[in-house]
Amino acid sequence: MSQIHVQTTINGDETEFLCDAEETLLDALRDKLGLTGAKEGCGTGDCGACSVTVDGRLVCSCLVLGAEAHGREITTIEGMANGEELHPLQQKFLDHAALQCGICTPGFLVAAKALLDRNPNPTETEVRYWLAGNLCRCTGYDKIIRAVMDTAAEMRGA
Amino acid sequence: MRFEAPTTVEAAVSLLAAETGMARVLAGGTDLLVQMKSGMAEPDLVVDIKRIDAMHEITPEDGGFRIGAAVPGIALGEHEGVKAAWPGVVEGTELIGSTQIQGRATMVGNLCNCSPAADSVPAMAAAGAIARVAGPDGSRDVPVEEIAAGPGKSNLAKGEMVDSVFLPARPANAGDAYLRFIPRTEMDIAVVGCGVNLVLDGDGTCSEARVALGAVAARVFLVPEAAEALVGTKVDDAALDALAAACSAAATPIDDKRGTVEFRKKVAGVLARRAATIARDRAKGSA
Ligand SMILES: Cc1cc2nc3c(=O)[nH]c(=O)nc-3n(C[C@H](O)[C@H](O)[C@H](O)COP(=O)(O)OP(=O)(O)OC[C@H]3O[C@@H](n4cnc5c(N)ncnc54)[C@H](O)[C@@H]3O)c2cc1C
Ligand code: FES
Ligand code: FES
Repeated sequence: MSQIHVQTTINGDETEFLCDAEETLLDALRDKLGLTGAKEGCGTGDCGACSVTVDGRLVCSCLVLGAEAHGREITTIEGMANGEELHPLQQKFLDHAALQCGICTPGFLVAAKALLDRNPNPTETEVRYWLAGNLCRCTGYDKIIRAVMDTAAEMRGA
Repeated sequence: MRFEAPTTVEAAVSLLAAETGMARVLAGGTDLLVQMKSGMAEPDLVVDIKRIDAMHEITPEDGGFRIGAAVPGIALGEHEGVKAAWPGVVEGTELIGSTQIQGRATMVGNLCNCSPAADSVPAMAAAGAIARVAGPDGSRDVPVEEIAAGPGKSNLAKGEMVDSVFLPARPANAGDAYLRFIPRTEMDIAVVGCGVNLVLDGDGTCSEARVALGAVAARVFLVPEAAEALVGTKVDDAALDALAAACSAAATPIDDKRGTVEFRKKVAGVLARRAATIARDRAKGSA
Protein backbone atom coordinates (compact mmCIF):
# COMPACT_ATOMS: atom_id res chain seq x y z
CA MET A 1 0.00 0.00 0.00
CA SER A 2 1.43 3.38 -0.98
CA GLN A 3 2.14 5.89 1.74
CA ILE A 4 0.31 9.16 2.22
CA HIS A 5 2.21 12.38 1.59
CA VAL A 6 1.33 14.88 4.33
CA GLN A 7 2.24 18.56 4.18
CA THR A 8 1.69 20.39 7.42
CA THR A 9 2.96 23.20 9.63
CA ILE A 10 4.57 22.20 12.90
CA ASN A 11 5.54 24.88 15.40
CA GLY A 12 5.41 27.41 12.57
CA ASP A 13 7.65 25.44 10.20
CA GLU A 14 6.32 23.92 6.99
CA THR A 15 7.04 20.23 7.14
CA GLU A 16 6.23 17.12 5.13
CA PHE A 17 6.28 13.43 5.87
CA LEU A 18 5.08 10.10 4.50
CA CYS A 19 2.88 7.91 6.63
CA ASP A 20 0.71 4.80 6.49
CA ALA A 21 -3.04 5.30 6.65
CA GLU A 22 -3.25 3.72 10.12
CA GLU A 23 -0.32 5.69 11.53
CA THR A 24 -1.14 8.13 14.31
CA LEU A 25 0.05 11.71 14.42
CA LEU A 26 1.93 10.80 17.61
CA ASP A 27 3.88 8.07 15.81
CA ALA A 28 4.54 10.36 12.84
CA LEU A 29 5.85 13.11 15.12
CA ARG A 30 8.08 10.77 17.09
CA ASP A 31 9.26 8.31 14.46
CA LYS A 32 9.21 10.33 11.24
CA LEU A 33 10.03 13.82 12.45
CA GLY A 34 12.14 13.12 15.53
CA LEU A 35 9.83 15.24 17.70
CA THR A 36 9.90 12.96 20.73
CA GLY A 37 8.56 15.46 23.26
CA ALA A 38 5.02 14.13 23.01
CA LYS A 39 4.96 10.78 24.81
CA GLU A 40 2.88 7.66 24.50
CA GLY A 41 1.53 6.83 27.93
CA CYS A 42 -1.56 4.84 27.01
CA GLY A 43 -2.35 5.23 23.31
CA THR A 44 -6.06 5.39 24.13
CA GLY A 45 -6.76 9.02 25.01
CA ASP A 46 -6.68 8.55 28.77
CA CYS A 47 -3.37 10.01 29.94
CA GLY A 48 -2.72 13.18 27.91
CA ALA A 49 1.06 12.57 27.62
CA CYS A 50 0.71 12.93 23.84
CA SER A 51 -1.05 16.34 23.98
CA VAL A 52 -0.51 18.70 21.04
CA THR A 53 -2.69 21.33 19.41
CA VAL A 54 -4.21 21.01 15.94
CA ASP A 55 -5.46 24.31 14.52
CA GLY A 56 -5.40 25.70 18.05
CA ARG A 57 -7.42 22.87 19.64
CA LEU A 58 -5.86 20.76 22.37
CA VAL A 59 -6.01 17.07 21.37
CA CYS A 60 -4.43 13.69 22.10
CA SER A 61 -2.09 13.02 19.16
CA CYS A 62 -2.43 9.28 19.81
CA LEU A 63 -6.06 9.59 18.64
CA VAL A 64 -5.32 11.62 15.49
CA LEU A 65 -4.20 10.00 12.24
CA GLY A 66 -1.02 11.38 10.70
CA ALA A 67 -2.92 11.87 7.45
CA GLU A 68 -5.37 14.20 9.21
CA ALA A 69 -2.54 16.69 9.80
CA HIS A 70 -2.44 17.62 6.11
CA GLY A 71 -2.81 21.40 5.77
CA ARG A 72 -3.27 21.87 9.51
CA GLU A 73 -1.21 23.86 12.03
CA ILE A 74 0.27 21.65 14.72
CA THR A 75 2.06 22.83 17.85
CA THR A 76 4.04 20.54 20.10
CA ILE A 77 6.11 20.95 23.25
CA GLU A 78 9.17 21.52 21.05
CA GLY A 79 7.67 24.87 20.02
CA MET A 80 7.13 26.13 23.53
CA ALA A 81 10.48 27.59 24.53
CA ASN A 82 11.77 30.56 22.57
CA GLY A 83 15.22 29.26 21.68
CA GLU A 84 17.08 28.95 24.97
CA GLU A 85 14.47 30.97 26.80
CA LEU A 86 11.95 28.80 28.62
CA HIS A 87 8.24 29.59 28.52
CA PRO A 88 7.08 30.85 31.96
CA LEU A 89 5.18 27.58 32.47
CA GLN A 90 8.35 25.56 31.91
CA GLN A 91 10.27 27.75 34.35
CA LYS A 92 7.54 27.50 37.01
CA PHE A 93 7.40 23.71 36.65
CA LEU A 94 11.11 23.70 37.51
CA ASP A 95 10.72 26.23 40.35
CA HIS A 96 7.87 24.26 41.92
CA ALA A 97 9.46 20.85 41.29
CA ALA A 98 6.27 19.95 39.44
CA LEU A 99 7.86 16.91 37.82
CA GLN A 100 9.67 13.77 38.86
CA CYS A 101 10.10 11.22 36.07
CA GLY A 102 8.93 13.78 33.52
CA ILE A 103 6.91 11.50 31.24
CA CYS A 104 3.71 13.45 31.81
CA THR A 105 5.37 16.88 31.74
CA PRO A 106 5.24 17.76 28.02
CA GLY A 107 1.54 16.91 27.98
CA PHE A 108 0.83 18.98 31.08
CA LEU A 109 2.75 21.94 29.67
CA VAL A 110 1.00 21.87 26.30
CA ALA A 111 -2.41 21.48 27.99
CA ALA A 112 -1.72 24.20 30.57
CA LYS A 113 -0.57 26.61 27.86
CA ALA A 114 -3.78 25.95 25.92
CA LEU A 115 -5.72 26.87 29.06
CA LEU A 116 -3.79 30.07 29.78
CA ASP A 117 -4.04 31.16 26.12
CA ARG A 118 -7.81 31.01 26.53
CA ASN A 119 -8.23 32.00 30.13
CA PRO A 120 -5.39 33.99 31.71
CA ASN A 121 -7.11 34.02 35.09
CA PRO A 122 -8.40 30.51 35.83
CA THR A 123 -9.59 29.40 39.25
CA GLU A 124 -7.92 26.40 40.83
CA THR A 125 -11.04 24.35 40.09
CA GLU A 126 -10.88 25.37 36.44
CA VAL A 127 -7.23 24.36 36.26
CA ARG A 128 -7.94 20.99 37.86
CA TYR A 129 -10.84 20.24 35.51
CA TRP A 130 -8.95 21.43 32.43
CA LEU A 131 -6.04 19.14 33.32
CA ALA A 132 -8.20 16.15 34.31
CA GLY A 133 -7.16 14.37 31.11
CA ASN A 134 -3.47 14.56 32.03
CA LEU A 135 -2.36 11.80 34.36
CA CYS A 136 0.75 11.88 36.56
CA ARG A 137 1.92 8.88 38.56
CA CYS A 138 4.65 10.75 40.45
CA THR A 139 3.84 14.21 41.75
CA GLY A 140 0.41 13.92 43.31
CA TYR A 141 -0.68 16.84 41.08
CA ASP A 142 -0.53 19.55 43.71
CA LYS A 143 2.81 20.99 42.61
CA ILE A 144 1.60 21.00 39.02
CA ILE A 145 -1.51 22.95 39.95
CA ARG A 146 0.57 25.41 42.01
CA ALA A 147 2.97 25.89 39.10
CA VAL A 148 0.12 26.64 36.69
CA MET A 149 -1.61 29.04 39.10
CA ASP A 150 1.68 30.81 39.81
CA THR A 151 2.47 31.12 36.08
CA ALA A 152 -0.96 32.57 35.41
CA ALA A 153 -0.47 35.16 38.16
CA GLU A 154 2.99 36.09 36.90
CA MET A 155 1.89 36.35 33.26
CA ARG A 156 -1.04 38.57 34.23
CA GLY A 157 1.35 40.83 36.11
CA ALA A 158 3.81 40.99 33.24
CA MET B 1 -6.58 0.41 4.99
CA ARG B 2 -7.35 3.35 2.73
CA PHE B 3 -7.77 6.91 4.06
CA GLU B 4 -9.95 9.38 2.18
CA ALA B 5 -10.82 12.95 3.06
CA PRO B 6 -13.53 14.12 0.62
CA THR B 7 -14.77 17.70 0.59
CA THR B 8 -18.46 17.09 -0.09
CA VAL B 9 -21.13 14.92 1.52
CA GLU B 10 -21.93 13.43 -1.91
CA ALA B 11 -18.33 12.32 -2.35
CA ALA B 12 -18.24 10.88 1.17
CA VAL B 13 -21.43 8.89 0.54
CA SER B 14 -20.12 7.58 -2.81
CA LEU B 15 -16.91 6.40 -1.17
CA LEU B 16 -18.82 4.68 1.64
CA ALA B 17 -21.30 3.08 -0.78
CA ALA B 18 -18.63 1.85 -3.21
CA GLU B 19 -16.42 0.17 -0.61
CA THR B 20 -16.81 -3.62 -0.74
CA GLY B 21 -15.03 -4.18 2.60
CA MET B 22 -15.67 -2.44 5.90
CA ALA B 23 -16.01 1.35 5.66
CA ARG B 24 -16.02 3.71 8.63
CA VAL B 25 -16.66 7.42 8.94
CA LEU B 26 -13.99 9.30 10.91
CA ALA B 27 -15.25 12.31 12.88
CA GLY B 28 -13.20 13.01 16.03
CA GLY B 29 -11.78 9.50 16.08
CA THR B 30 -12.00 9.22 19.88
CA ASP B 31 -13.95 5.98 19.57
CA LEU B 32 -12.81 4.83 16.14
CA LEU B 33 -9.06 5.09 16.74
CA VAL B 34 -9.32 3.32 20.09
CA GLN B 35 -11.31 0.53 18.38
CA MET B 36 -8.81 0.29 15.51
CA LYS B 37 -5.87 0.06 17.89
CA SER B 38 -7.49 -2.68 19.95
CA GLY B 39 -8.45 -4.64 16.81
CA MET B 40 -12.15 -4.23 17.59
CA ALA B 41 -12.58 -2.43 14.26
CA GLU B 42 -10.46 -3.22 11.20
CA PRO B 43 -11.83 -0.95 8.49
CA ASP B 44 -10.68 -1.25 4.88
CA LEU B 45 -11.66 2.36 4.29
CA VAL B 46 -11.76 5.35 6.63
CA VAL B 47 -13.57 8.46 5.38
CA ASP B 48 -12.57 11.60 7.26
CA ILE B 49 -15.53 14.02 7.12
CA LYS B 50 -13.67 16.99 8.62
CA ARG B 51 -12.68 18.42 5.20
CA ILE B 52 -16.37 18.98 4.43
CA ASP B 53 -16.86 22.63 5.41
CA ALA B 54 -20.59 22.39 6.16
CA MET B 55 -19.94 19.65 8.73
CA HIS B 56 -18.25 22.22 10.99
CA GLU B 57 -21.18 24.60 11.05
CA ILE B 58 -23.83 25.33 13.64
CA THR B 59 -26.66 26.97 11.69
CA PRO B 60 -29.88 28.55 12.99
CA GLU B 61 -32.86 26.82 11.33
CA ASP B 62 -36.60 27.22 11.99
CA GLY B 63 -35.90 28.79 15.37
CA GLY B 64 -33.65 25.86 16.35
CA PHE B 65 -30.13 24.82 15.38
CA ARG B 66 -28.58 22.41 12.91
CA ILE B 67 -25.30 21.02 14.21
CA GLY B 68 -22.83 19.61 11.71
CA ALA B 69 -21.43 16.13 12.25
CA ALA B 70 -17.85 17.37 12.64
CA VAL B 71 -18.51 19.98 15.37
CA PRO B 72 -16.39 18.97 18.39
CA GLY B 73 -17.70 19.22 21.94
CA ILE B 74 -15.58 22.25 22.73
CA ALA B 75 -17.05 24.22 19.80
CA LEU B 76 -20.60 23.31 20.83
CA GLY B 77 -19.83 24.57 24.34
CA GLU B 78 -18.55 27.85 22.89
CA HIS B 79 -21.84 28.49 21.06
CA GLU B 80 -23.90 30.85 23.21
CA GLY B 81 -27.12 30.32 21.25
CA VAL B 82 -27.17 26.53 21.60
CA LYS B 83 -26.11 26.78 25.24
CA ALA B 84 -28.97 29.13 26.03
CA ALA B 85 -31.60 27.06 24.20
CA TRP B 86 -30.42 23.54 25.08
CA PRO B 87 -28.16 23.66 28.14
CA GLY B 88 -28.84 19.97 28.89
CA VAL B 89 -27.68 18.84 25.45
CA VAL B 90 -24.54 20.96 25.76
CA GLU B 91 -23.73 19.69 29.25
CA GLY B 92 -24.28 16.08 28.15
CA THR B 93 -21.82 16.60 25.30
CA GLU B 94 -19.33 18.44 27.51
CA LEU B 95 -19.23 15.48 29.90
CA ILE B 96 -17.54 13.41 27.19
CA GLY B 97 -13.92 12.81 28.21
CA SER B 98 -11.23 15.36 28.99
CA THR B 99 -10.35 18.72 27.44
CA GLN B 100 -8.25 16.85 24.87
CA ILE B 101 -11.16 14.56 24.00
CA GLN B 102 -13.50 17.59 23.79
CA GLY B 103 -11.18 19.07 21.16
CA ARG B 104 -12.12 16.17 18.87
CA ALA B 105 -15.19 14.25 20.04
CA THR B 106 -18.44 15.06 18.23
CA MET B 107 -22.03 14.66 19.37
CA VAL B 108 -22.79 12.78 16.14
CA GLY B 109 -19.85 10.40 16.68
CA ASN B 110 -21.18 9.78 20.18
CA LEU B 111 -24.56 8.98 18.61
CA CYS B 112 -23.23 6.79 15.77
CA ASN B 113 -20.89 4.81 18.03
CA CYS B 114 -24.11 3.44 19.51
CA SER B 115 -22.92 2.95 23.07
CA PRO B 116 -25.90 2.65 25.45
CA ALA B 117 -23.90 4.86 27.84
CA ALA B 118 -23.22 7.67 25.33
CA ASP B 119 -23.57 10.88 27.34
CA SER B 120 -24.98 13.23 24.72
CA VAL B 121 -27.67 10.85 23.48
CA PRO B 122 -30.23 10.85 26.35
CA ALA B 123 -30.17 14.66 26.30
CA MET B 124 -30.60 14.73 22.52
CA ALA B 125 -33.41 12.16 22.65
CA ALA B 126 -35.17 14.17 25.36
CA ALA B 127 -34.73 17.27 23.22
CA GLY B 128 -36.48 15.59 20.29
CA ALA B 129 -33.34 15.93 18.18
CA ILE B 130 -33.54 14.68 14.61
CA ALA B 131 -30.54 13.25 12.76
CA ARG B 132 -30.27 13.97 9.04
CA VAL B 133 -28.95 10.86 7.36
CA ALA B 134 -27.30 11.24 3.95
CA GLY B 135 -27.13 8.19 1.71
CA PRO B 136 -26.83 7.04 -1.89
CA ASP B 137 -30.57 7.67 -2.40
CA GLY B 138 -30.66 11.13 -0.88
CA SER B 139 -31.29 12.14 2.70
CA ARG B 140 -33.81 11.16 5.37
CA ASP B 141 -34.60 12.47 8.85
CA VAL B 142 -34.46 10.03 11.77
CA PRO B 143 -35.18 10.68 15.48
CA VAL B 144 -31.84 10.23 17.29
CA GLU B 145 -33.18 7.44 19.51
CA GLU B 146 -33.73 5.33 16.39
CA ILE B 147 -30.11 5.53 15.17
CA ALA B 148 -28.77 2.78 17.46
CA ALA B 149 -29.90 -0.81 16.95
CA GLY B 150 -27.99 -2.09 19.97
CA PRO B 151 -24.58 -1.75 21.61
CA GLY B 152 -22.09 -0.80 18.86
CA LYS B 153 -24.66 -1.45 16.08
CA SER B 154 -26.49 1.23 14.13
CA ASN B 155 -29.55 1.23 11.92
CA LEU B 156 -27.68 3.10 9.19
CA ALA B 157 -27.64 1.28 5.85
CA LYS B 158 -24.53 0.78 3.73
CA GLY B 159 -23.34 4.06 2.30
CA GLU B 160 -25.29 6.12 4.83
CA MET B 161 -23.83 8.64 7.22
CA VAL B 162 -25.22 11.28 9.56
CA ASP B 163 -24.82 14.74 8.08
CA SER B 164 -26.09 16.79 11.03
CA VAL B 165 -28.43 16.84 14.02
CA PHE B 166 -31.32 19.28 14.31
CA LEU B 167 -32.29 20.68 17.71
CA PRO B 168 -35.79 22.20 17.49
CA ALA B 169 -36.93 25.69 18.47
CA ARG B 170 -37.70 26.40 22.13
CA PRO B 171 -41.03 27.79 23.28
CA ALA B 172 -41.08 30.15 26.28
CA ASN B 173 -40.61 28.56 29.74
CA ALA B 174 -38.73 25.51 28.53
CA GLY B 175 -35.76 23.78 30.17
CA ASP B 176 -33.66 20.67 29.81
CA ALA B 177 -30.95 18.91 31.82
CA TYR B 178 -28.74 15.83 31.68
CA LEU B 179 -27.16 14.05 34.64
CA ARG B 180 -25.08 10.91 34.83
CA PHE B 181 -23.82 8.83 37.69
CA ILE B 182 -20.14 7.86 37.70
CA PRO B 183 -18.02 6.74 40.67
CA ARG B 184 -15.38 9.43 39.89
CA THR B 185 -15.78 13.15 39.21
CA GLU B 186 -14.39 13.10 35.62
CA MET B 187 -13.36 10.76 32.81
CA ASP B 188 -15.61 7.76 33.35
CA ILE B 189 -18.41 5.86 31.61
CA ALA B 190 -21.97 6.53 32.79
CA VAL B 191 -23.42 3.88 35.11
CA VAL B 192 -26.77 5.57 34.51
CA GLY B 193 -27.60 8.70 32.50
CA CYS B 194 -30.85 10.66 32.33
CA GLY B 195 -32.03 13.51 30.11
CA VAL B 196 -35.17 15.52 30.89
CA ASN B 197 -36.74 18.21 28.72
CA LEU B 198 -39.94 20.02 29.70
CA VAL B 199 -42.13 23.00 28.90
CA LEU B 200 -44.25 24.90 31.46
CA ASP B 201 -47.29 26.99 30.64
CA GLY B 202 -47.99 30.46 32.05
CA ASP B 203 -48.95 29.26 35.55
CA GLY B 204 -46.08 26.77 35.89
CA THR B 205 -47.98 23.63 34.87
CA CYS B 206 -45.97 21.20 32.77
CA SER B 207 -47.48 21.05 29.28
CA GLU B 208 -44.88 18.87 27.51
CA ALA B 209 -42.12 16.57 28.70
CA ARG B 210 -39.66 14.05 27.31
CA VAL B 211 -37.50 11.81 29.48
CA ALA B 212 -34.69 9.53 28.22
CA LEU B 213 -32.46 7.04 30.01
CA GLY B 214 -28.96 5.83 29.12
CA ALA B 215 -26.79 2.89 30.26
CA VAL B 216 -29.76 0.91 31.62
CA ALA B 217 -30.74 -0.99 28.43
CA ALA B 218 -29.17 -2.04 25.13
CA ARG B 219 -29.71 1.43 23.78
CA VAL B 220 -30.78 4.87 24.96
CA PHE B 221 -34.58 5.02 25.12
CA LEU B 222 -37.45 7.37 25.86
CA VAL B 223 -39.69 6.70 28.87
CA PRO B 224 -43.18 7.95 27.95
CA GLU B 225 -44.65 6.93 31.35
CA ALA B 226 -42.10 9.17 33.03
CA ALA B 227 -43.03 12.08 30.78
CA GLU B 228 -46.73 11.49 31.52
CA ALA B 229 -45.97 11.64 35.23
CA LEU B 230 -44.91 15.27 34.75
CA VAL B 231 -47.46 16.57 32.24
CA GLY B 232 -50.37 18.39 33.92
CA THR B 233 -48.47 18.81 37.20
CA LYS B 234 -46.47 21.65 38.72
CA VAL B 235 -43.46 19.29 38.76
CA ASP B 236 -43.92 19.09 42.53
CA ASP B 237 -42.76 16.34 44.90
CA ALA B 238 -45.63 14.01 44.09
CA ALA B 239 -44.98 14.32 40.34
CA LEU B 240 -41.24 13.83 40.86
CA ASP B 241 -41.92 10.68 42.92
CA ALA B 242 -44.08 9.31 40.10
CA LEU B 243 -41.40 10.22 37.56
CA ALA B 244 -38.69 8.47 39.58
CA ALA B 245 -40.83 5.35 40.00
CA ALA B 246 -41.56 5.25 36.26
CA CYS B 247 -37.84 5.54 35.41
CA SER B 248 -36.81 2.86 37.90
CA ALA B 249 -39.49 0.56 36.50
CA ALA B 250 -38.53 1.22 32.87
CA ALA B 251 -34.81 0.53 33.40
CA THR B 252 -33.69 -2.95 32.34
CA PRO B 253 -29.97 -2.78 33.13
CA ILE B 254 -27.35 -5.51 33.35
CA ASP B 255 -25.12 -6.32 36.31
CA ASP B 256 -21.51 -5.41 35.68
CA LYS B 257 -18.46 -4.22 37.57
CA ARG B 258 -19.73 -0.64 37.48
CA GLY B 259 -23.15 -1.27 38.99
CA THR B 260 -25.70 -3.90 39.87
CA VAL B 261 -29.19 -4.12 38.40
CA GLU B 262 -30.76 -3.04 41.68
CA PHE B 263 -28.44 -0.06 42.05
CA ARG B 264 -28.91 1.09 38.47
CA LYS B 265 -32.70 0.91 38.66
CA LYS B 266 -32.69 2.96 41.84
CA VAL B 267 -30.22 5.52 40.45
CA ALA B 268 -32.30 5.90 37.26
CA GLY B 269 -35.11 7.25 39.43
CA VAL B 270 -32.84 9.43 41.55
CA LEU B 271 -31.18 11.03 38.52
CA ALA B 272 -34.50 11.56 36.75
CA ARG B 273 -35.83 13.42 39.78
CA ARG B 274 -32.73 15.62 40.00
CA ALA B 275 -32.60 16.29 36.25
CA ALA B 276 -36.31 17.17 36.18
CA THR B 277 -35.81 19.59 39.06
CA ILE B 278 -33.00 21.35 37.19
CA ALA B 279 -35.04 21.41 33.96
CA ARG B 280 -38.04 22.84 35.83
CA ASP B 281 -35.93 25.56 37.47
CA ARG B 282 -34.37 26.40 34.12
CA ALA B 283 -37.83 26.64 32.57
CA LYS B 284 -38.80 29.08 35.33
CA GLY B 285 -35.66 31.05 34.60
CA SER B 286 -34.26 30.52 38.08
CA ALA B 287 -31.32 28.29 37.18
C1 LIG C 1 -10.48 9.05 27.17
C2 LIG C 1 -11.88 8.96 26.63
C3 LIG C 1 -12.95 9.35 27.42
C4 LIG C 1 -14.25 9.25 26.95
N1 LIG C 1 -15.27 9.64 27.76
C5 LIG C 1 -16.55 9.54 27.33
C6 LIG C 1 -17.62 9.95 28.15
O1 LIG C 1 -17.43 10.42 29.27
N2 LIG C 1 -18.89 9.82 27.68
C7 LIG C 1 -19.14 9.32 26.45
O2 LIG C 1 -20.31 9.24 26.06
N3 LIG C 1 -18.14 8.94 25.62
C8 LIG C 1 -16.86 9.03 26.04
N4 LIG C 1 -15.83 8.63 25.22
C9 LIG C 1 -16.14 8.07 23.89
C10 LIG C 1 -16.05 9.06 22.72
O3 LIG C 1 -15.18 10.12 23.01
C11 LIG C 1 -17.41 9.64 22.35
O4 LIG C 1 -18.31 8.60 22.03
C12 LIG C 1 -17.33 10.65 21.20
O5 LIG C 1 -18.46 11.47 21.18
C13 LIG C 1 -17.16 10.01 19.84
O6 LIG C 1 -17.15 11.04 18.86
P1 LIG C 1 -16.03 11.09 17.72
O7 LIG C 1 -16.34 12.27 16.89
O8 LIG C 1 -14.68 11.02 18.29
O9 LIG C 1 -16.38 9.74 16.94
P2 LIG C 1 -15.51 8.78 16.03
O10 LIG C 1 -14.57 8.00 16.84
O11 LIG C 1 -14.97 9.53 14.87
O12 LIG C 1 -16.70 7.85 15.52
C14 LIG C 1 -17.40 6.98 16.40
C15 LIG C 1 -18.20 5.97 15.59
O13 LIG C 1 -19.28 6.59 14.90
C16 LIG C 1 -19.11 6.51 13.51
N5 LIG C 1 -19.41 7.83 12.97
C17 LIG C 1 -18.86 9.01 13.37
N6 LIG C 1 -19.43 10.04 12.72
C18 LIG C 1 -20.37 9.50 11.90
C19 LIG C 1 -21.29 10.05 10.97
N7 LIG C 1 -21.36 11.37 10.77
N8 LIG C 1 -22.11 9.20 10.30
C20 LIG C 1 -22.05 7.86 10.52
N9 LIG C 1 -21.18 7.28 11.37
C21 LIG C 1 -20.36 8.09 12.06
C22 LIG C 1 -17.66 6.10 13.28
O14 LIG C 1 -17.48 5.37 12.07
C23 LIG C 1 -17.38 5.27 14.50
O15 LIG C 1 -17.86 3.97 14.33
C24 LIG C 1 -14.50 8.74 25.64
C25 LIG C 1 -13.42 8.36 24.84
C26 LIG C 1 -12.12 8.46 25.31
C27 LIG C 1 -10.98 8.06 24.43
S1 FES D 1 -0.83 8.46 24.88
FE1 FES D 1 -2.39 9.72 24.10
S2 FES D 1 -3.64 10.00 25.81
FE2 FES D 1 -2.19 8.58 26.57
S1 FES E 1 6.29 13.20 36.77
FE1 FES E 1 6.23 11.05 36.47
S2 FES E 1 4.25 10.80 35.62
FE2 FES E 1 4.24 12.85 36.14
